[in-house]
Amino acid sequence: MELSAKHQEYWSKNLRITAILMGIWFFVTFVMTYFARELTFSFFGWPFSFWVAAQGALVVYCVIIWFYARYMNNLDNEYGVAEGEE
Amino acid sequence: MGMFGSTNQSQSDFKKGLNKVYGWYTGGFIGFVIVLAILEQLGLPRNWIGYLFLAATVLLYAGIGVMSRTSDAAEYYVAGRRVPAMYNGMATGADWMSAASFIGMAGTLYLTGYGGLAFILGWTGGYCLVALFLAPYLRKFGQFTIPDFLGARYEGNLPRLIGVFAAILCSFTYVVAQIYGVGLITARLTGLAFEIGIFAGLGGILVCSFLGGMRAVTWTQVAQYVILIIAYLLPVIWLSVKHTGVPVPQAVYGYTLQKVTAKEEQLLKDPKELEVRDIFKARSEAAVAKLKDVPAAMAADKAAAQKKVDDLKAANGAVADIRAAEAALAALPKDEVAARAAYTAARVGNAARSAPPIRHAQPYPGKDEAAQDISRKNFLALVFCLMIGTAALPHILMRYYTVPSVKEARQSVSWSLFFIFLLYFTAPALAVLAKYEVYTVLVNTPFDNLPGWIARWNAVDPTLLSVVDINKDGILQLAEINIGGDIIVLATPEIGGLPYVVSGMVAAGGLAAALSTADGLLLTIANALSHDLYYKVLDPNASTARRVMVSKVLLLVVALLAAYVAAQKPADILFLVSAAFSFAAAAFFPALTLGIFWKRANRWGASLGMVAGLGVTFYYMMTTQPWLYKLTHSGAALTPEILKANTWWDIAPISAGLFGVPLGFAVIIIVSLLTKAPGKEIQELVEHVRYPSLDGKVAAAGAGH
Repeated sequence: MELSAKHQEYWSKNLRITAILMGIWFFVTFVMTYFARELTFSFFGWPFSFWVAAQGALVVYCVIIWFYARYMNNLDNEYGVAEGEE
Repeated sequence: MGMFGSTNQSQSDFKKGLNKVYGWYTGGFIGFVIVLAILEQLGLPRNWIGYLFLAATVLLYAGIGVMSRTSDAAEYYVAGRRVPAMYNGMATGADWMSAASFIGMAGTLYLTGYGGLAFILGWTGGYCLVALFLAPYLRKFGQFTIPDFLGARYEGNLPRLIGVFAAILCSFTYVVAQIYGVGLITARLTGLAFEIGIFAGLGGILVCSFLGGMRAVTWTQVAQYVILIIAYLLPVIWLSVKHTGVPVPQAVYGYTLQKVTAKEEQLLKDPKELEVRDIFKARSEAAVAKLKDVPAAMAADKAAAQKKVDDLKAANGAVADIRAAEAALAALPKDEVAARAAYTAARVGNAARSAPPIRHAQPYPGKDEAAQDISRKNFLALVFCLMIGTAALPHILMRYYTVPSVKEARQSVSWSLFFIFLLYFTAPALAVLAKYEVYTVLVNTPFDNLPGWIARWNAVDPTLLSVVDINKDGILQLAEINIGGDIIVLATPEIGGLPYVVSGMVAAGGLAAALSTADGLLLTIANALSHDLYYKVLDPNASTARRVMVSKVLLLVVALLAAYVAAQKPADILFLVSAAFSFAAAAFFPALTLGIFWKRANRWGASLGMVAGLGVTFYYMMTTQPWLYKLTHSGAALTPEILKANTWWDIAPISAGLFGVPLGFAVIIIVSLLTKAPGKEIQELVEHVRYPSLDGKVAAAGAGH
């Protein structure tokens, strides 16, 4: 079937949120760890960079995925592309 | 069986029933542990506790397997697509957390400190890629296997067959590691030989996946998750209370880390430690000298060993000493190739043990700026490979076919990561607490007073734990302990002096982790062969019952083959697993994501891209990893000189996917642009997977088969 303008908009919104969340993911994963040697100030007892790689980044990942699921499920309803409930 | 869903039950009743069943189950498990703890106090012997844990859990898994037996194709391959998001999350957690996560990871953190955090980051962050790039779209596509998607999206059997090959390659490497873990735990738990342990554990794996396919595996994995998470968290919480008085180790081990850091500085300068490290250094240098003239060194070794035997005999030495000397003489390498390999191993091994202990919290250690940069580069490369690999392992992606809808697929990834997070968030704490125990309690103990667990672990496998009084001062130095990462988690309760019932529970948890992953992997391999190769390619008219039957037979064959390979004790668990990640990353990730996000990607691009990615990854590992090098170069040893010449950009073989993934993307894009665009049906298929429902109506539940 032909895609309507609304469908296109849904997809571009999906791409946008994917790009934003991947940006956060990239920053936490690669940028923070790249500067790990510099970020060693004490953070509740841990050297900060150790804490980020051992605990902090994991929390951010959980939030990213949780947020994406919520955002997309709302977007489905808004654009009328949600599956019907069983 | 009503308990695991009949076809005419509503989804919410089904969920309520599950909550009840697993609620009772969790309570029952805790009760079982408490009863054993009481029995231990009353004098139940240790190996009985081991047998009871082993028997109870394996029988339980088998029971679930029997109750959910099926020969219906949709039930067998995708558990009827009825698994609620949260339960799929738990099953994915157990499917995902393997022997490597449960047994190996805290050990790697113990041995490598900050460097080991690459595994923590990689194995959790990869789920962001699963959630954002793959799971919802694959669920919408809604077939049975990952090669199914490749076959449909890239029009034909060639991409499907490459997918089958890659799925088998990475799943098989991975399953060997799981079965090795099963053998290790069973041996420790019961005192049986390692090889018998492997086959005993195998029974538990088979009865489950053999009878009920994905349905049985799913519900067993949920049960296994409950056991493994309790078993992992309890000892760490206990240790944390012991050292800090706070039952939330994840929040307070920063202070324990400070104490470990202070102790490290002291051990780095301790004269006795320096003495032991110097002895290892001298041994390594002696091996280098021998390598300069191998035949002469062989003759000298032989003469020295012979002289020792003769002297002992002449002096009427003890029989045991003479036997040992004769055994040493007989064990000398027979030819020059073997001798060269032995001297190289001595050179590398002793050099490694002469190194000072690492600073746990220090990122990217290295003697100068260049070495530190290499360390950082490898850390980032490893994180990259593990993340992409996570998002490309067929046995994980397959799990998202089993949920009822796209919406639940998204939520299910969220639950998956949450359940995985509970363990990964704790592993760094466990490593630090265990290290604190070893550095402050074990080090400086007189050899006569060593705790009993050292001898017991040494009996399981001396390469895992051995202590030798190198400098003959009667006191244990840190440098005299040779500890393998694989035992840290299993031995932590004993290291911390907890009751034996906790050790038994941890072993049962490790077994649950290894069995659940092995189940998922074996099913992936059997399905790739029976569904993709047999049904889709060889005999498209095969009946459903026949396909399921073929799958069951293949499962048995693959499992036995994997057990056979595991019994040879190949390389270490973590390398095998990481190799699987690099293979999966290079083979699947580019083809899957471009298949969804780029309509122009076509058959030739995908096929060549997968082959190129996989090929370069394998080539790199083959030329830089000692075990694979030996295997592919007719037994020749990989010397540091050859390694240096073969290494690209200082990247370790474990991260070979760093070259494979970009090459895969590049080849798919270039070849696709040079060849014809895919047809209209493919464009429509891509649109179909991008929207949960194009017209807002209820999507057909799965594909019609």
